[in-house]
Amino acid sequence: MFRGISSLWAGMRITGKYFFSPRAIVTQQYPENRATLKMEERFKGEVTMPHDENNQHACTGCGICEMNCPNGSIEILTDRIPNAEGKMERVIDKHIYHLSMCTFCELCIKTCPSNALAWGQKFEHAVFDRSKLTKVLNQPGSKIRKEAK
Amino acid sequence: MSEEIIKDVIVGENEDYIINMGPQHPSTHGVLRLEVCLKGETVKYLIPHIGYIHRGIEKMCEANTYQQIIHLTDRMDYLSAHMNNEAVCMVVEDAMQVEVPERVKYIRTILNELNRLASHQLWWCAFGMDLGALTTFFYGLRDREMILDIFEESFGSRLLHSFNTPGGLMHDVHPNFQNRIKEFISYFRKKLPEYDQLLTGNVIFQERAKGVGFMSKETAIGYGVTGPSGRGSGFSCDIRKIAPYGAYDKVQFNEILETGGDVFARYQVRMAEMRESLSILEQLVDNIPEGDFTAKMKPIIKLPAGEYFRRVETARGELAVYVVSDGNKSPYRMKFRTPNFSNLFVMNEIAAGCKIADLIAISGSLDLVIPDIDR
Amino acid sequence: MSSNIFDFATLTGSVHSWLSGMMSSGWVIFTEMVLVGLVFLLMYALIGLFLVYLERKVCAIIQNRVGPNRVGKWGLLQTIADLIKLLLKELIPIRKSDPLLFNLAPFIVIIASFLAMAALPYAKGLQAIDFNIGVFYVMAVSSLGVVGILLAGWSSNSKYSLIGAMRSGAQIVSYELSVGLSLLAIVVFSGSMQLSTIVESQANGWWIFKGHIPAIISFIVFLIASTAEINRGPFDLAEAESELTAGFHTEYSGIKFAFFFLAEYMNMFIVSALGATVFLGGWMPFHIGEWEGFNQIMDYIPSVVWFFGKTFFLILIIMWFKWTFPRLRIDQLLTLEWKYLLPISLFNIVLIAFLVLMGWHF
Repeated sequence: MFRGISSLWAGMRITGKYFFSPRAIVTQQYPENRATLKMEERFKGEVTMPHDENNQHACTGCGICEMNCPNGSIEILTDRIPNAEGKMERVIDKHIYHLSMCTFCELCIKTCPSNALAWGQKFEHAVFDRSKLTKVLNQPGSKIRKEAK
Repeated sequence: MSEEIIKDVIVGENEDYIINMGPQHPSTHGVLRLEVCLKGETVKYLIPHIGYIHRGIEKMCEANTYQQIIHLTDRMDYLSAHMNNEAVCMVVEDAMQVEVPERVKYIRTILNELNRLASHQLWWCAFGMDLGALTTFFYGLRDREMILDIFEESFGSRLLHSFNTPGGLMHDVHPNFQNRIKEFISYFRKKLPEYDQLLTGNVIFQERAKGVGFMSKETAIGYGVTGPSGRGSGFSCDIRKIAPYGAYDKVQFNEILETGGDVFARYQVRMAEMRESLSILEQLVDNIPEGDFTAKMKPIIKLPAGEYFRRVETARGELAVYVVSDGNKSPYRMKFRTPNFSNLFVMNEIAAGCKIADLIAISGSLDLVIPDIDR
Repeated sequence: MSSNIFDFATLTGSVHSWLSGMMSSGWVIFTEMVLVGLVFLLMYALIGLFLVYLERKVCAIIQNRVGPNRVGKWGLLQTIADLIKLLLKELIPIRKSDPLLFNLAPFIVIIASFLAMAALPYAKGLQAIDFNIGVFYVMAVSSLGVVGILLAGWSSNSKYSLIGAMRSGAQIVSYELSVGLSLLAIVVFSGSMQLSTIVESQANGWWIFKGHIPAIISFIVFLIASTAEINRGPFDLAEAESELTAGFHTEYSGIKFAFFFLAEYMNMFIVSALGATVFLGGWMPFHIGEWEGFNQIMDYIPSVVWFFGKTFFLILIIMWFKWTFPRLRIDQLLTLEWKYLLPISLFNIVLIAFLVLMGWHF
């Protein structure tokens, strides 16, 4: 019986210790710390297509990401326009990304042959309308980056 | 039809007092429904009803490539996501006869143990909460947060990190990886005795747990109860020892066996496994060899026609993967033998005759994850 | 008593004489009853809301969290916001329930705790009714609450509720005995059941110090048994949310649920206040035998502060229990009462009677 009471007291000592050490509080004050909140650089927030300062991206519209996506979150609409030499060339028209269907498996980013996709750190995805979760990743008027050969 | 069911279930011809625990119930930790027949406070029998979160993962696998299957296995036992990934990866590597680099093996083993620790911590807090000690929940989650931060830094996600890929890993781990694990080990070594003082030693807890839900070794083997639940009954079933994979043959660790067979024995096994995992981590974390983080794999994996089988030890028991391939890029049939499915159905055997409160303790001690049962 | 500056009798007496100057004696009594009722209503709501806030904050700090901190400074208005939410929520009618009993149950529970508050001495001269059987009265009315709980469980037509109510019935009926016997210990010491007399008898030292070891034993028994009687952890089997979702009030919603909730916290206040009054001297300041200087300094702290300080000290201990221990099982609960607490307190009573007969206490 004495052992029982001392075991109860041991438990009460632990909770009592934390009661008198308010510095042990681990809660993060989320909306207030938004300014200082820094996500890890590898954080999987959403799939993005990085554009450089000339509004150029690296996507060739090959469709490998669409093929590798397990959930059909990616749809690629391509266009054919003539290039400088007059040949018809495939370019990306719209890279449609359904965030609502994405399971963040990273296969699109991993398999992209031209490294056109990357993770974005934005995680506040709550919207009132589901259609807002369907995003077009290539910015309007953007062009494919031509590498000097 | 439906009226007959209602008459059967709710009224009951022999005036059994039947209550449905679940699908929405605080202590089934998911959408499990237990049809419990009571006599006063005593449980006469119980029938588990499953399938509320069935997603057809095995069938979905048949339409996906092997790389894509990985991310589905995350969603079975979400608390041992990494072990599930590794099982599929190892099947594919076996079939393709790919030798993965040593570095990958070490990192995978470290991740296994980290994941097992995180899972056991979550089990500890949920188990305490089932028994009414609400503070355990927050202490467990507080310490688990450090592991999840390590995961987030290296993989970008905290729970469902599809970090494995056939042949290796998605990326190399973050440069901070080793330091943060060492930091965690020294932190958690200090916190683990608190767990014991708060819950293990508590006389009320011991009264609640000792002698409750006895499962004999024969029952455990008969129902295929594996993992810590089976080892609490003295059933030696640790795949890490029986058929070592990864870097498990290079580390010293003990298989934890308890012979009590009751809730307290299963509790003790998990607590001891946490200590064991810490010691495995300590042995491995400084010895990660340099090298590639993935072996050379073709972009499209086609397994040679045939049958392949591999099993791993997840945080809850033995996960076996069985693949039949017809030479295409997706499997002809994929079968997962998940630990929770077997662990659940022993409940009727060991819970009959106990009180309602004991039933909660038993289901907590089996550490069920419902999506793993339903798949 | 050396100082009368904090004697509430002067305040209440002046109110009485002011009212007597204005109306006939019958009306004076009526007005005073209404006034006292209003004061109690206000106090009830304020203490109840504050206790809910306090519990959330205490458990948060124990669990390394912040707790409510959005509404008002440090979340002080959180419980008021919750109350408004509960007032506005729909009262869901339960099919095949017994509507009369279903609606009656919360009122019985809350009235029982209301009645008990009347007899407590809050400060020097601040007590609504000074019964000569005060201890007995508080015990009697506070155990009325179990009727409400049983009715709630029965009339809800829910299996979880019924199990919760049955557990609660078994639990409260058993633990009533230990609470009664441990209070009886002090009744034997002070020779009176009147709460004011019990408080006066502690002017030269509280009973927990004066009564040697038996008083400490009965204090501990009282603490355990009263925690069980008010259905709080580790004895919260009646609502055991991991087993019975919410026990007897599973089917209640809106303000009817709030009544149960509030009554639970007020019961905690009442048993703590009773414990503070009987064992820790109520509003009586902390006095040590002959140390006149020390005693006079203690007298300068108002008696209300003493009373609420002791009460909240006991409340904190009860909260500390709840947030540390796992819940007992129903058979262990009854074993604890009938095999341990009851024999101990019976033996304790005999011991105390012997002590008092021999005159071995201060």
